[in-house]
Amino acid sequence: MSTATYKANTSYTLPFEQPVLDLERQIEALESRDNAANFADELESLRANRASLLKKLYDDLSPWDTVRVARHPHRPQMSDYIEMICRDFRELHGDRHFGDDPAIISGFGRIGPYKTMIIGHQKGKSTQEKVACHFGCAHPEGYRKALMKMKLAEKYGLPVVTFIDTPGAYPGIGAEQRGQAEAIAVNLREMSRLKTPIVCVIIGEGGSGGALGLGVGDRIAMLEFSWYSVISPEGCAAILWKTVNETTNHAAADALSLTARNNLDHGFIDTVLREPVGGAHRDPHAAAASIQEWIVDQVRELRRFKPQTLVQRRYERFRRIGAMKAT
Amino acid sequence: MSQVPGRSWTDETIAGRPKKAVPEGLWLRCDACASMLFRRSVANNLWVCPECQHHFRVNAATRIEQLTDPESFDPFNEDMSPADPLHFVDVKPYTQRIEAAQKKTGFKDGVRTGTCFIKGRKVILAVMDFTFLGGSMGSVVGEKIAFAIEQAGERDLPLVIVNASGGARMMESGYSLMQMAKTAAALAQFDEQGGLFISVLTDPTTGGVTASFAMLGDLILAEPKALIGFAGPRVIQQTIRQDLPEGFQRAEFLQDCGFIDRVVPRSELRSEISSIIDYTGK
Ligand SMILES: [Zn+2]
Repeated sequence: MSTATYKANTSYTLPFEQPVLDLERQIEALESRDNAANFADELESLRANRASLLKKLYDDLSPWDTVRVARHPHRPQMSDYIEMICRDFRELHGDRHFGDDPAIISGFGRIGPYKTMIIGHQKGKSTQEKVACHFGCAHPEGYRKALMKMKLAEKYGLPVVTFIDTPGAYPGIGAEQRGQAEAIAVNLREMSRLKTPIVCVIIGEGGSGGALGLGVGDRIAMLEFSWYSVISPEGCAAILWKTVNETTNHAAADALSLTARNNLDHGFIDTVLREPVGGAHRDPHAAAASIQEWIVDQVRELRRFKPQTLVQRRYERFRRIGAMKAT
Repeated sequence: MSQVPGRSWTDETIAGRPKKAVPEGLWLRCDACASMLFRRSVANNLWVCPECQHHFRVNAATRIEQLTDPESFDPFNEDMSPADPLHFVDVKPYTQRIEAAQKKTGFKDGVRTGTCFIKGRKVILAVMDFTFLGGSMGSVVGEKIAFAIEQAGERDLPLVIVNASGGARMMESGYSLMQMAKTAAALAQFDEQGGLFISVLTDPTTGGVTASFAMLGDLILAEPKALIGFAGPRVIQQTIRQDLPEGFQRAEFLQDCGFIDRVVPRSELRSEISSIIDYTGK
C-alpha cells in the first residue's frame, strides 16, 4: 500500500444518514466546550450510539439507499484506488484511432507482487474533470482504448484488472456516430477470448452495457454498497412506472435485484467485498486494502491456468447464465 | 447525471413514434407517406409500401415466410419459455406480461430459431419478433441465440440473425444483461471456428441487442431507414437537450458512419444473403 493522501470526507450527508449527523453535531458541541473533560462519560456514550446507529443503518440499507451510497460524491474513485493500491502506475492514453476518453483510465501498475494492466471508469473529482469524464459515461473511444490496452496485456502475459464505476455508456450524437454499440459489443466478444486472466471489481455504479463493457472477467467482485443492473432505478421507473419519484425509485431498485448480495445470489459475481462501516468514503484505505487483497488472491490463482483453460472457463461461466423453463 | 439511458421495449412507444402493428382490415394507411393502401397488395409486396418504399415492421412468422424457401424452416427450442427468476413486479407482474405476449403472438418468447434454406443454401436462422414485448432480450432470447450460434458452429453452417429489438428486458435485470456477454462469447467461438455470421438489422435495433450480437456480424446488412442505435433517440435528446439531426440513427446514417456494410431493400434480402454465402464459400 502506498502512502496515499486520500482523506475521508464526510461533509456530504445522505438523507437516511441525518440521525447520525444529528448525533455528530451533539458530539462536536460537547467537545468544543471549555469544560468538555467533565462530559467524558456522555461523550463516550454518544460516540457509541453514533457508531451503533451508523452500523445499523448500513446493515439494513434499502436497495435504493445503496444506489445513493454508490453515487456518494466522496466515494473513492478509480483514480483514488490507483493511488492507494498501485505502485509505479504508468498511465497509457488513447485508442490509436480517434482520441483519449478521460472517462476510462488505463495503464501499467503493480498490485502486490504482480505487474498488471489496470483499466477502469473515472467519474471525475473536480467539476472540470467530471464534465470531461461525462460523469463516468464513456464514449466508444473509451471502450476501444480499454480493449487496446487489454490486447497489450495479453501479448505480454499481464493480468488485466478492471474497475467498474459508471452510470452507463454515454448517450449522445458523437457516441452514436462513432459506434457506441459496436464498441461495447466488440469488447464483450474480445474479453471473452482474451488469453490472460481478467479480474473485475465493481466499485460504485454498474450501469448496464457500459459496465459490462469492462466486465467480462474470470473473477468478478462487487463492493458491498455498489450496484449492478441492466438499467438504473430511475430509468426503469420512467419506463415501467411512467413516473420518477422517491417511491418509484425505491420500487424499481427493489425489483431490479441490483445489490451486491442479489448479484451474488444469482451467480453474476463471485464475491461481495465488505466495506468499512458507513461506506467506503468513510475509510477509503480500508476499502482499498480489502480490494487489493482480493485482487492479489485472484491473480495468484488464475496465473496457474493455461490461457486456453481460462478462456474455456470464462466462456462456460457466461454461457450457463439464464432462467428458462420448458412448457 | 442522475438518469441512465433507458433502453427497452417500451422506450419506443414512449418515444412518440408509435408504429402500431399493422391494423386489421381491407385498407391501411402508410406510416410514412399516409397513402391509403390495399392491404393485400402491401402484403404481396413483402410489407413494403408500393408508393414510398416504406418498410413496415413484420413479425417473425412473416419474416421467416418472406426469407426462407417454402416449408424449409425447422425450429429449435420452440417450447422454451421465460421463468421470471426475479419475481419481477412493476405496475403489473412480469408473469402477466409474458402471458399476454404469448397469447398475442402464439409464441413463447421474442425470437424464433432453427434451420432453413435460403435459395437452396442451408442456413441457421434466428429471427427476432418485435411484437413480443418489443423484441426485448431476456434469458430465452439469449439462450436461443447462443444455442443457434453453437449449432451453426457444430454443423458448419452460415448463421443469419434478423434483429428487431428495443433492447434489454428490464424484468430480467442482470439475467438480461448477462445475455449480452453470453451471445458475444458464443460468437467469439464461432469466429474461431471460421463461421460466417450475417447480421440483418431491421427497424428497430437498439440497446443491448445492438451492443452485443447484432453489431458482431462478419457482414452487417440493414433494411432502409431502420432505426439502429445504442441509446434510444428520446434518451439522447434528454441528455444533450438539443434536436437530433435529420436521419440520425437510421440505416443510411450508420452506413455513412461506417458501421454497416450495405443497406438492402427487403425485396433483395434473399438474393443478397445467398450471394454473400457464395462469396465466402460457406
Ligand atoms: Zn408509403
